[in-house]
Amino acid sequence: MTTLSVLCYLIRMKVEWDGRSYDIEKRMTGRKLLESFNLSREAHLIVANGKLTTEDQTLNTTDTVRIIRVISGG
Amino acid sequence: MKCRVCGKPASLSLRAYNTALCADDFIAFLEKRVLQTIRRYKLINTGERPLVAVSGGKDSLALWTILNRLGFAADGMYIDLGIAEYSQTSYLKARAMADELNRRLFRFSIPKVFGKEVAELSRITRRPPCSLCGTVKRYAMNRVCVTEGYSVLLTGHNLDDEASALLGNILYWKEEYLWKKDVVLEGQGSSLAKKAKPFFLCSEREVAAYALLKGIDYVYEECPYAVGARTLVYKNVLNQIEEMSPATKIMFLKGYLKRLRSEPKREQATSCIACGYPTYTEKCNFCSLMDRVGGDQRFAVDTYDPAETRMEPGETRPDNHA
Ligand code: SF4
Ligand SMILES: [Zn+2]
Ligand SMILES: [Zn+2]
Repeated sequence: MTTLSVLCYLIRMKVEWDGRSYDIEKRMTGRKLLESFNLSREAHLIVANGKLTTEDQTLNTTDTVRIIRVISGG
Repeated sequence: MKCRVCGKPASLSLRAYNTALCADDFIAFLEKRVLQTIRRYKLINTGERPLVAVSGGKDSLALWTILNRLGFAADGMYIDLGIAEYSQTSYLKARAMADELNRRLFRFSIPKVFGKEVAELSRITRRPPCSLCGTVKRYAMNRVCVTEGYSVLLTGHNLDDEASALLGNILYWKEEYLWKKDVVLEGQGSSLAKKAKPFFLCSEREVAAYALLKGIDYVYEECPYAVGARTLVYKNVLNQIEEMSPATKIMFLKGYLKRLRSEPKREQATSCIACGYPTYTEKCNFCSLMDRVGGDQRFAVDTYDPAETRMEPGETRPDNHA
């Protein structure tokens, strides 16, 4: 394996959700990401690299993503 | 997705409106929507002084921000429940916003009045914390409005709050509450302030996106008593339906408002024999609570006024380690 492909293999999307951090190996849309966590699109927002993004946007393995819950119970 | 207004990459898709918007155009969209709600349902009429109920959460801080941006000179009102860390943090966030907007912030303190926090009051009275909290909030908000000369109290209740409450009231046919959830509730003379909800037609997701885009620093944690609330279940169910058929929540509430207009007006309240505020019983709930557990209202309310707390150069505020 070349150095480059090793690096690619090591680079993973960082996802922060509910106070925990997850590493995701594949690139995928925000919609798929929410689905993989079993979360509703109506109840969550996706922030990629500090910017609010729509769910159709593809998130790359180099991205740092934060999922924000918008629903409160008060 | 592209922004429908300017064609730049969109930040938020709004499926209920079948559109997507960039950050700037979304901010303009939400502010316009709030202004339309205020005008259409006459939430704030010319000459009425507004006060915002501020909890430190996203909804109330976003509301306070929007009102001031729309040109309504709204001050804030905070209720201190005396819940150790949560109350401390949320008050500091509310105060930071008072500084930013350069607006006054009143605080009504439950521990100062009763010498106890909500959990202890709940134990003594055997009432759930939220029910006590509701009694005190209603009284305290109204009291500050009446004594400080505010004619309308605005709360951050959003579309999801209202739709879930409506669902709960319908599921169990709580008819005593069912028709009392209007977007605006008129006051009564000088003893009861008018109440209104400018976010009535704005979803929780929209309000959260606004708070995020405006960089509003709000308490993300919830009041510890909110955990496990039924509201969350109703909100989730409604959001599942919303995903299947967008705009369901807004149609649910608009339909409610329409039906509400044709309902007969509810009975008028009488005055509490102790404090004079409106009540449906002889004494209002708050005064009955005071009788039961004892309390001292002399130091109940304090006022934070950014204009009065000018700092010396180089001095920093001793707050916000959160
Ligand atoms: S969840 Fe907390 S703030 Fe809300 S009503 Fe209950 S005690 Fe009050
Ligand atoms: Zn735009
Ligand atoms: Zn009373």
